[in-house]
Amino acid sequence: MTCTEFLQQLDEMLDPAIAGPLRAELQQHLRCCEHCEITLNTTRKTIEIYRKHEVYELPEDLRERLHQAILTKCRGCAK
Amino acid sequence: MSTSIQSQGTAEVHPDVLLVERARGGDMAAFEKLVRQYERQVFRIAQHIVQNREDAEDVVQDAFLKAYGKLDQFQGNSKFYTWLVRIAVNEALMRLRKRRTGRMVSIDEDVETEEGSMPRDLADWSPDPEALYGQSEMAEILRKTIQGLPPGFRVVFVLRDVEGLSTEETAESLGLSVPAVKSRLLRARLQLRERLTRYFKKGSRGKAQDGVK
Repeated sequence: MTCTEFLQQLDEMLDPAIAGPLRAELQQHLRCCEHCEITLNTTRKTIEIYRKHEVYELPEDLRERLHQAILTKCRGCAK
Repeated sequence: MSTSIQSQGTAEVHPDVLLVERARGGDMAAFEKLVRQYERQVFRIAQHIVQNREDAEDVVQDAFLKAYGKLDQFQGNSKFYTWLVRIAVNEALMRLRKRRTGRMVSIDEDVETEEGSMPRDLADWSPDPEALYGQSEMAEILRKTIQGLPPGFRVVFVLRDVEGLSTEETAESLGLSVPAVKSRLLRARLQLRERLTRYFKKGSRGKAQDGVK
């Protein structure tokens, strides 16, 4: 398996539910390719970090204001 | 055995479907529940697309208003959330188009780039990159980094990896094929990884600070 082929299947490695022969083949490649191992680990970390940190927070006062505005408008157009 | 086999009135119905039914019948409290449940997610998705708080606020309002007006069209064969996200994404893209007057904006824009299809910076990261930066500094790095992606990659990454939609739901929300979502997701992840390496690689602290502000 080449590095390009490994990258095409990166999704499979990121999903712990994936098992079977493909995963075994990918793991085999990882054992002898440090570059792909780094790429896999840092990609996994990238996703984790984005999941964990709220990049765009909705402050409570704004949430409340938006919420009320939505409901007022919807009530206005209710039949 | 499988819950999907249950029928005769006990078939598993997503609670949202019941709320939609009640809302269709004029129960505003039911619709309010749906708004409360999803307003944060819709706001985040909108912000990621339009990258501007005022526009994102408008998108959230317009998306829920439109969803309310179209409740009769909700079939129930997809999740309400997926259906709502599709409306919100379209509203956000329209808003982006208005802002960049005359310029077409679609999720297909700028996806031709080859950037990130092959990792170039293969330096390993610090074992605990999050310890290198404070909370707000980290948020700024993440914001800045994701803003650099083309909208078509950004939105796929946000829906699939941040908001946790499945590949199929992401495809449905964006009107894309599953292979198109998979290929964009791979490119988005690799581009983000590559760009974050600048901040997180071993011994990067200090040098990266210049790039934050």
